[in-house]
Amino acid sequence: MTPPVWRRRTTKMQWAIWGGWLFGALVVAQGWRFISDITLWDFVWDAPAQAGDMLSRMVPPRWDYAPMILKPLWDTVNIATLGTLLAILLATPIAFLAARNTSPHALTLRPFALSVIAVSRSINTLIWALLLVTIVGPGVLAGILAVALHSIGFFGKLLYEAIEEIDPAQTEAIAATGASRAQILAYGVVPQVLPTFAGVSVYRWDINIRESAVLGIVGAGGIGLQLNASVSQLAWPRVTLILIAIFGAVLVSEWVSARVRAAIV
Amino acid sequence: MTIRMAEYPAAWRKPPLISAAWLRWGIGVLAAIYLAAAIGSIEINWARLAVGLPRGWRFLSSFFTPDFFSHGDEIIAGLTESLAMTVTSTALGILLAIPLGLGAARNLAPRPIYLFCRAVIASSRTLQELIVAIFFVKMFGFGPLAGMLTLTFASLGFIAKLLAERIEAVEVGPLNAIRSTGASWLQWVNYAIQPQVMPRLVGLSLYRLDINFRESAVLGIVGAGGIGATLNTALGRYEYSTAAAILLSIILIVLTAEYTSGLIRERLR
Repeated sequence: MTPPVWRRRTTKMQWAIWGGWLFGALVVAQGWRFISDITLWDFVWDAPAQAGDMLSRMVPPRWDYAPMILKPLWDTVNIATLGTLLAILLATPIAFLAARNTSPHALTLRPFALSVIAVSRSINTLIWALLLVTIVGPGVLAGILAVALHSIGFFGKLLYEAIEEIDPAQTEAIAATGASRAQILAYGVVPQVLPTFAGVSVYRWDINIRESAVLGIVGAGGIGLQLNASVSQLAWPRVTLILIAIFGAVLVSEWVSARVRAAIV
Repeated sequence: MTIRMAEYPAAWRKPPLISAAWLRWGIGVLAAIYLAAAIGSIEINWARLAVGLPRGWRFLSSFFTPDFFSHGDEIIAGLTESLAMTVTSTALGILLAIPLGLGAARNLAPRPIYLFCRAVIASSRTLQELIVAIFFVKMFGFGPLAGMLTLTFASLGFIAKLLAERIEAVEVGPLNAIRSTGASWLQWVNYAIQPQVMPRLVGLSLYRLDINFRESAVLGIVGAGGIGATLNTALGRYEYSTAAAILLSIILIVLTAEYTSGLIRERLR
């Protein structure tokens, strides 16, 4: 008789895991079949030639176009910065309403604040921009509002989670001195969440620089406007220059945000 | 000897955030100048705004009367396309991210491989999805294949970076133990590292699945397939009820996915 062999899982568990893998594989295969059915494969086989052609047209970049993209670059930075600031202004009260320990009325105001956060987060900045362009018209304003509306959810979520994790002893100590609710918030809660808050703000600003670089594709201002125009006019040397500019802006913002976060924490 | 009480403050004042006064004021003044310049450079077209606001109001109120049916086929086709792009790109992204993540972990890979993998990750993370999508559409033609490849490219950088960070933080004990049994490199990775990083990888994959669906809703704007194209058309035709229906579907799917993946991640912890 052979001794029993050690096994990690019961037979049932093992079957369940295999079933899970099979199901996942089927879903992926089905998805792939769906995509491949509506793909024109002739175009795909042509891709290497297309890519080579595009690359050969893209170099050298048109450096003399550089002065033309300074204003759009400035607009892009402004969209990200002003959008982030607006989002901070709007998200702070929402976060305090959403946190279980600071919400003035947990039964009504908390679900309301949480749903604002959920809706804001589920809709991408570009979709917000698409909507806002039809409402306020194309331009920087639509971009700022789009960035702000999407960032509210991000700020709101991270901030309310930080507020829920604070040390209650400090707020109790402030309350014991006879402080009012507003004073408890200002001296008991705010100092505890301020570092998180500052870190998150800078981090989001960095993300927003990337996002605002493409908002122009739907008409919401910034350098994306030039990018879109150059791509549709097939002005590839200009596209290269714009991409270099975006790349530079992203690297700088990433560096700034990393430095600031390192200084805060 | 008397202590002159007047010199001591009778009330406590909160110390300022930045203790050096010149720095505090300097930052304040610079911020004010920047804000004035930035806000001054926004051009607001009030006439356009006056036309737009009632339109915005109509759009908002159409959320209470979403129209799922008059373009129902298009909505379903768009959502299916988005979901197909999401699952295939996440699966392919994970498959490619695993070797990339192993290569980008400083404690596993030799220097040249490490640098190469880090460069791939950095390029995937700095290039915005939409820009990549524009190029893929030019190369592979319009449709979900371009979108799927875009999302794959974005996912592999994201997953590989965070996976590599987790691998760099693994416990060394099991690594030495398995190595001392004379295991091959593959066995070493499979038995010493994989069990330690698996929960993280599953969590990341689920998180990326969420992100990919959200992103797939945008790629349609540049012709890379998915629900974004349907949404763009609906907005272009000023069919706000259809647009509201699409947005509500997106929100519903995102929230369901987020909730489910939250539950799964909770159980894995």
